[in-house]
Amino acid sequence: MMHLTRHPLDVNDLLAEVQGPERGGTCVFTGTVRNDGDVTGIEYSAYEAMAFAEIERILGEAQAQWTGARVMLQHRLGLIPVGEASIAIAAAAPHRDDAFRACRFVIEEVKKRLPIWKKECRADGTTSWVDPSGKAVTHGP
Amino acid sequence: MGKVSVRFFARYAELAGCTWSAVNLETPATVADVIAQVREVFPGTKALPPQPLAAVNLRQVRLDALVNEGDEVALLPPLAGG
Repeated sequence: MMHLTRHPLDVNDLLAEVQGPERGGTCVFTGTVRNDGDVTGIEYSAYEAMAFAEIERILGEAQAQWTGARVMLQHRLGLIPVGEASIAIAAAAPHRDDAFRACRFVIEEVKKRLPIWKKECRADGTTSWVDPSGKAVTHGP
Repeated sequence: MGKVSVRFFARYAELAGCTWSAVNLETPATVADVIAQVREVFPGTKALPPQPLAAVNLRQVRLDALVNEGDEVALLPPLAGG
């Protein structure tokens, strides 16, 4: 499965990658573009080669830490309208505690490590890069 | 002298005016050396933070990490994935 896509995400595709009879618990996380203020969508861009490599490393770390777990993630790139998912993670493990923990681990590592950036697009045509440290840079239409 | 590729992304690409370039410098050098040269060549990058995030060959590194001829150095704006 490709970890980076420009198409809408389908959680069922991820579930098919991780579920199996030996894994009794499955946890799914999706991150969705929020309607903050007059935001109409977010444009995601990435250092794709590094993002792919980093995702492989994160999934490998999760599967090493939680024995028997299988974890998969997809991140969408390009312009994503409000209400659609930008990321989906599925984690399956023999028992539910490990599925929840593995899923949480992956999204937290994604936030810290993935070279992906987002530009908010607003109804008035302005855009701004999103800086999680709180500093926004606004541009004209 | 060695040639090192430099990649710019998102806002940093806007500041540099390009997404890819290369610099020539004595190697091995450090990431900080590469950034210092980038600031000279691309005036817009003087607006970069004093210590931007950086990666060498697809792995995030500290600014004192070594860079060799042929390496790819990437300057990364604050990460915002997810």
